[in-house]
Amino acid sequence: MHRSNDFKFILPAMGALAVLLLAGCSPDSPTWLNPASPNAAKATDLFNLIFLISVATFVLVEGLLLYSVIRFRRKSTDEMPTQIHGNTRLEIAWTVAPALVLLVVFGFTWQTLNELETMPTGGVKVKVVGSQWWWHVEYPDLGVVTANEIHVPVNQPVTFSLEGKDVIHSFWVPELGGKRDLVPGKVNTTWFRPTKIGTFRGACAEFCGSAHANMRFTVVVQSQDDFNKWVAAQKQDAAAPVSDLAKQGEQEFVKGVCVACHTIGGTAAKGTVGPNLTHFAARKTFGGGIIENNTENLKAWLKNPQALKPGNIMVIPKLTDTQVNALVEYLNGLK
Amino acid sequence: MTTQATTMPTGKREYKGLMAWLTTVDHKRIGILYIIASVFFMLVGGIEALIMRTQLAQSNLKLVNPELYNQLFTMHGTTMVFLVIMPFLAGLGNYIVPLMIGARDMAYPRINALGVWLLILGGIFMNLSFMLGGAPDAGWFGYAPLSSIRTAGNPYGMDFWALGLQILGISSISAAVNFVVTILWMRAPGMKMNRLPLFVWTTLVTAFLILFAMPSIAAALILLFFDRNFGTFFFNAAQGGDPLLWQHLFWFFGHPEVYIMILPAMGIVSEILPVFSRKPLFGYAAIAYSSVAIGFIGFTVWAHHMFAVGLPPAINAAFSFASMIVAVPTAIKIFNWIATIWGGSVNLKAPMYYAVGFIALFVIGGLTGIYLAAVPVDFQLTDTYFVVGHLHYVLFGGSIFAIFGGIYYWFPKMTGKLLNDRTGVWQFWLQFIGMNLTFFPMHLLGILGMPRRIYTYAGDLGWDTLNLVQTIGAYLIAVSVAVFLWNVYVSLKNGEKASDDPWDADTLEWATSSPPPAHNFDSVPPVNSTRPLWDVKHAGVKWDKRAESAHLPNPSYMPFVLAFGLTVVMFGLIYNPIISLAGLVIFVAGFAGWVVEPVG
Repeated sequence: MHRSNDFKFILPAMGALAVLLLAGCSPDSPTWLNPASPNAAKATDLFNLIFLISVATFVLVEGLLLYSVIRFRRKSTDEMPTQIHGNTRLEIAWTVAPALVLLVVFGFTWQTLNELETMPTGGVKVKVVGSQWWWHVEYPDLGVVTANEIHVPVNQPVTFSLEGKDVIHSFWVPELGGKRDLVPGKVNTTWFRPTKIGTFRGACAEFCGSAHANMRFTVVVQSQDDFNKWVAAQKQDAAAPVSDLAKQGEQEFVKGVCVACHTIGGTAAKGTVGPNLTHFAARKTFGGGIIENNTENLKAWLKNPQALKPGNIMVIPKLTDTQVNALVEYLNGLK
Repeated sequence: MTTQATTMPTGKREYKGLMAWLTTVDHKRIGILYIIASVFFMLVGGIEALIMRTQLAQSNLKLVNPELYNQLFTMHGTTMVFLVIMPFLAGLGNYIVPLMIGARDMAYPRINALGVWLLILGGIFMNLSFMLGGAPDAGWFGYAPLSSIRTAGNPYGMDFWALGLQILGISSISAAVNFVVTILWMRAPGMKMNRLPLFVWTTLVTAFLILFAMPSIAAALILLFFDRNFGTFFFNAAQGGDPLLWQHLFWFFGHPEVYIMILPAMGIVSEILPVFSRKPLFGYAAIAYSSVAIGFIGFTVWAHHMFAVGLPPAINAAFSFASMIVAVPTAIKIFNWIATIWGGSVNLKAPMYYAVGFIALFVIGGLTGIYLAAVPVDFQLTDTYFVVGHLHYVLFGGSIFAIFGGIYYWFPKMTGKLLNDRTGVWQFWLQFIGMNLTFFPMHLLGILGMPRRIYTYAGDLGWDTLNLVQTIGAYLIAVSVAVFLWNVYVSLKNGEKASDDPWDADTLEWATSSPPPAHNFDSVPPVNSTRPLWDVKHAGVKWDKRAESAHLPNPSYMPFVLAFGLTVVMFGLIYNPIISLAGLVIFVAGFAGWVVEPVG
C-alpha cells in the first residue's frame, strides 16, 4: 500500500494532463477519468502509471527513429557506411530494459487486480439480468424489482450478481467501475462503493445485436435516507388509477397483450419477458435507458416502438389515439 | 545481370490469355492473383468502413439502419483480416519467397493454385450474402450465442460466415503447408537457415502459426454451423452448452492470427530498412529468434481478450503476465530496426517512408497494448473504441503500411516498372495523416466511454467532435488509396523501366530479371551470407552465370475445379443438399483429374 501511495504522488500530474487533453473535448462524457468510487479510481491510477511509462517510451523511441532517419540521410549516392552487424551488449540491454519495465507494470496490475476482485461483505445486493436490449434490476434482500435504473446508497459497498438471459451483454458504469460480462449460464459478480452522489450513465459494452447501441442504463447514487425512501416506495404495489381515463388505461393494459410481457405489482399483469412497470413513472427513462420518460415520448413509443428504438422486440398491436392516451395516463400514474 | 529470355522447357501444355491465369501453377502468377484479389477486397472493406464512418460522423445520423451497420462492421473486420492482409502477405510470400531462397517454384505448385482459388471463391461466396438476404452480422469474432441463434431478419448471414471462413481456412492451411515445405526443402545451395532473409523467416513462423491456430477456428466454425442448422447446443447455455467455449476456441486462433498478420509485415520492414540504409540488418539473429519467440508466446495470451468474462483473478493475472512478456520480443525488433538505420546512408524513397512509418505507428499500437494487458485498466477499456484504435494502429499502421512499403519495394520486380516515387511519398503522407486522424481519436473516445460496435450515439455524450475528426481522416485515407491506384495505373502504362536491381539490394530476388522468367533464375549466385547479392557486388564473390537446366510443371485447371466444387458444396449446405451433391461431383471430378493428369 505504501508503494502505491508513493506513485500516486507523481501521477496526478500525468493524469491531469490526460484529463486536460480530454476535458476540452468532453465535459459531458461518462468517463473513469472522473472516478466516483475507489474501484474506478484504482484502475485510473494504474492507467496513469502506464500513461507515464508509455509517453516516456513513445518520446524516446520516436525521437531515436526520427533522429536516425534525418541525421543519417544519404548525402551522396556513393557513400558507404560502416557495415555493423550487431552489438550483443546493446541488444541485451534493450531486451532486459523493457522486460523490467513490464514486470513493474505487471506487479501493479497484480496488486490492483487483487484489490478490485476481493468482494466486500455486507452492503446492498443487486441482481442484474441483461436481455436484448434492457436491464432487469432486482434487490433480492429488499424485495424490489425494477428496470434500467439502479438506485444505490452512497459510501456503501454494492455487490452485483450478473446474468445474461439470451446472449452475452456487458455491464459497465465507467465512473463507478470496470466491465463485467453477463454470460448466459454463468453468474458473474462485481462490486463498487460509490463515493459521490449523482446519476451515472452505464451501457452494455458487449455487442449483443440490433439495438446494442440503445442498451443503456443509469445508476442513481443517493444518500442513505433518499435510498431508504426510494426502497419503501418501490416495495409498494402499483398506485391504483384515479381518473377515468387512467382506469380505462389500466383495463387496456391488463386485457391487452401487455400482460404477456410486463408485470405491474398488484394487478393481473405478471409477465416477465419485458421490464417490470410497477413504478414506471418514477423512472427517468424508458426503452433501455435511452428515451426520456415523458408523455410525448411515451405516446410516440406506444404508437411505434420501432421508430424510437429500431430492432427492439416489443410486440404491440396498432392502437387508436384513445387507447394510447388512456395507457399513457395510466402509466404516468405509476409513481 | 540480365537473364536471357531463353525458352526453357515449360511442360507439355501451354495456355494463353485468361486461360493461362486460370490454369497457372507459377508461384509468381499465383502471387499476383493473390495480390490483385487482396487489393480488390481492400476496396470493398474500405467502402464498408467509409459508410460506417459517415454514419458516425455526428450523433443520431440515420444513413444506415442498425441491421446494415452490424453487417458492415462484421464484414469490414472479416474482409480486412481474411481477404486483405492475410492474402496479401500470402501472395507476396508466394511471389518473393521462392526467389529469395533461389528456388524454381513453390514445393507444391497445384496446391498453391488451389489456395488462391479457394481464397477468391471464398471471398466472393461470403460477400454474395449481401445480396442473398443479409451478410454476417455478429462481429468478426462472432461471439456465441449471438452468432449461433438464427434470426428471422437475417437467417443465413452467419452461415455464410461460418462456411466462408472454412473455405478461407483451407486456403490458408494449404498455403502454410506449401511455405513450410518450400522454405525447409527448396533452398539454393548455401542458403542455410541462418542465412534466410528475414521475410522468409517470418513467413516460415507465420506458416507454423497458421498450421496450429487454424484447426481451432475450423472446429469452432463446425460447432457453430451445427448449432445453427442441426439443433445442437455447443454454445447454448440453456441446454448445457457454454458460450465461453466459443471464445476460447476463437481466441486460441484469434490471437496468433494477429501475429499471422504482423510477422510477415515485420519481415517486409526487415528487408526494406537495410537496403535503404545501405547497412546489414542490425542483430539478424535476435530478430529471427524474437520472431520464433513471438510464435510460441503468441499462443499463451488468448484470454486477454476475455478478461471481463468473469475468469478467476489468478487466471486473468497469468494471461496478463504472458501478454506483457510477448511485448519484449517486439521491443527487441524495434530497437534493432532503429539501430539498422543508425549510422547508415538513408535513402528516403517511398518504400523507406512506409518502413519508417510502420515503426512509428506500430510503436503506438504496441504501447496501447500494455493498457489492455493490465487487467483492471482493460476492465475499463475492453469493448470500447480504445481497442478499435489499438488494433488499427497494429493492423493499419503496422500490416497495411508494411504492405504498401512492400508494394513500392517489389513492384518493379513484379512488373518491370517502377512506381512513381513522388506520388508514392504523397500517398504516404496522406495516408499517414489520415490514419492518425482516424484512429488516434478512437483511443480518446474509448476513454470517454464510447463502446465499440454502436451504430449511433446520443448528442449529450460529448463524442461528436472526435467522431467528426475520425470521419474526415477516413476520407483522407480513401484519397490516399485513390492516389495509389492512380500511381499503379500510370506507372504500368508509362512508368520508368526497372532494372534487375533498382534499389541496390542484397537478396536473391534482385539477381534475376524484372520481372523474372518463368523458371526464375538462369543461375543462382552463390550464397555465403545473409546478403548474397551484396557479396557479389561489394565483396568480390564470383557468380557463374551459365544457365542451369530447369523443368517446370504443366499448367492445370484442376485446382480451380476443386475449389469451385468446394464452394458449390458450401452453397448447398445453406440452401439445398442437392446443390451440395452437384458440388461434390465437381469436387471429385477435379480431384480425380488432379490425380491422373500428367504433371509434366
